[in-house]
Amino acid sequence: MSTAQAEGARRAPLGWVARRRGAAARKVAVFILVLGALWGLWELARALGEASGLRLGAFEVNDRTMPHVHDMLRQFVQPSRRNGPLLIAVLLQAAAFTAKEAVVGFLIGATVGFVIGVLLSNFRLLERGLLPYIVASQTVPILAIAPMVVVWMGAGLFSVAVIAAYLTFFPVAINTLRGLRSADPRAHELMASYAADRWRVLWKLEIPASLPYLFTALRIAAPASVVGAIIGELPSSIQGGLAGAILNFNQYYVSNPPALWATNIVAALLGMAFFGAVVLLERLVVHRAPEHVA
Amino acid sequence: MSTRTTSLATAVSLRGVTKRFAVRGGPALTALASVDLDVYPGEFVSLIGPSGCGKSTLLRIIGDLVPPTEGEVTVNGKPAHQARLDRDYGVVFQDPVLYDWRTVARNIALPLEMMGWDRERRARRVREMLELVELRGFEHHYPWQLSGGMQQRVSIARALSFSPALLLMDEPFGALDEMTRERLNMELLRIWERSGNTVIFVTHSIPEAVFLSTRVVVMSARPGRIAGIVEVDLPQPRTAETRVQPRFFELVTEVRRRLRAGGAGAAAEEGPSEQDLLVAGEGQAP
Repeated sequence: MSTAQAEGARRAPLGWVARRRGAAARKVAVFILVLGALWGLWELARALGEASGLRLGAFEVNDRTMPHVHDMLRQFVQPSRRNGPLLIAVLLQAAAFTAKEAVVGFLIGATVGFVIGVLLSNFRLLERGLLPYIVASQTVPILAIAPMVVVWMGAGLFSVAVIAAYLTFFPVAINTLRGLRSADPRAHELMASYAADRWRVLWKLEIPASLPYLFTALRIAAPASVVGAIIGELPSSIQGGLAGAILNFNQYYVSNPPALWATNIVAALLGMAFFGAVVLLERLVVHRAPEHVA
Repeated sequence: MSTRTTSLATAVSLRGVTKRFAVRGGPALTALASVDLDVYPGEFVSLIGPSGCGKSTLLRIIGDLVPPTEGEVTVNGKPAHQARLDRDYGVVFQDPVLYDWRTVARNIALPLEMMGWDRERRARRVREMLELVELRGFEHHYPWQLSGGMQQRVSIARALSFSPALLLMDEPFGALDEMTRERLNMELLRIWERSGNTVIFVTHSIPEAVFLSTRVVVMSARPGRIAGIVEVDLPQPRTAETRVQPRFFELVTEVRRRLRAGGAGAAAEEGPSEQDLLVAGEGQAP
């Protein structure tokens, strides 16, 4: 007993919380440092470009092509139009609107992808027959699919969500298929020794074993669903979301370049928030050896 | 002395068990050729032989995890297939094969969940098992937080949790260092004495086979068959002292002699290993 405990104490999660807190602080520090470095690089490139008068084809460094970062940020607290609300308020509202579509699309896509993965993994014939078409579906540009979805389903939250789901389901289906087959052959023998039926093997072994693979796919799929939602808003002529804001500020780009950049920043932040939400969920759900949790 | 009973009923009975594997672009490979063996309740039987002698395959055939090409396998008086469906045996592999996403306690409870035990009964049995393998206090650890020896103890606890009469062990201590191996050998014997299980134990360590077993089945390679059986008449219970008795060395020598006579010295190293064949195992020879 004493040897067993000494043996275990070495690996027991002692001081885990403290170490975890230190790691979190380090992560925040690195994030801020990289952000500052990127900001510095942008401004450095600007300064060098302006000083040298460098031209690359049509590209020339000036306030139109490369607005100052502080101008983009200042734009957030300027009115979006004469006597209108602040830009930040307009963009946050648009982001919330698009986020709703993206969430629904993500959920539809993740569910459909997971179900397809489970079906393909259980029926080899289905895998052979269907997988080529599933792969082919991703070679059709989403810009070509989106108008058709709107024609079929009418413009609205649901059609946009379906377009977002079209981008989401594919990585989830492929990784689920792979993850379900990732279990150790010995673990399958173990289940056989318990006379486990197909359903039990799926539920107690294959699905838990697939979770790290599934979450890798969800990390890819979550920001993709934001992109899908923005693209989906275009053919539906939906004005309230980020696509509307992008089109609008693109139109007035010449008079106010930082507004479009500010919009892009908000779209990127929304994608990152989706990614972060998946990472958080993964922390709660997946208990794997540290080397498994990429 | 020996715990071997004189009962006529066998725990495991093999008659003419043959296994051939299909080899791509070549003649079928005979892994086992016409093996006959009787194991009686309460025995501790080791299967020993050079790699490629089919000892792991034989263990899997007994567990109905791979089908024999020919021959009959009876476990507890019924066909091996029925015995598997009745969950008559527990199995321990060389790797612990613990589920990473389950704590130690939930790993041990896995077979109990499959058998529909209720939560309270499961918890009680898990506590007993932790006691048995001396892992109390580790129930909430994850497998990757334990050492290799501790993981293998969890695996043994899991195999014993539903009290199967038969325990099939495939080189369970093969991946462990010598000191851990000897300590777990003692623990295994203690568990075996207390539970009265029948154990079939695959190993390639001669001293381990002699130390643990009531009988050592020596196998030869290509094709795998039984080259001889050595009765181990060392007194029970076995202790650290057992390993230094003259009789222990005589028996080790005897097993070694039989291995050599069976052609172990010239163990065929060419060709695919048994493990490769088992994993590839879908293409069965007719």
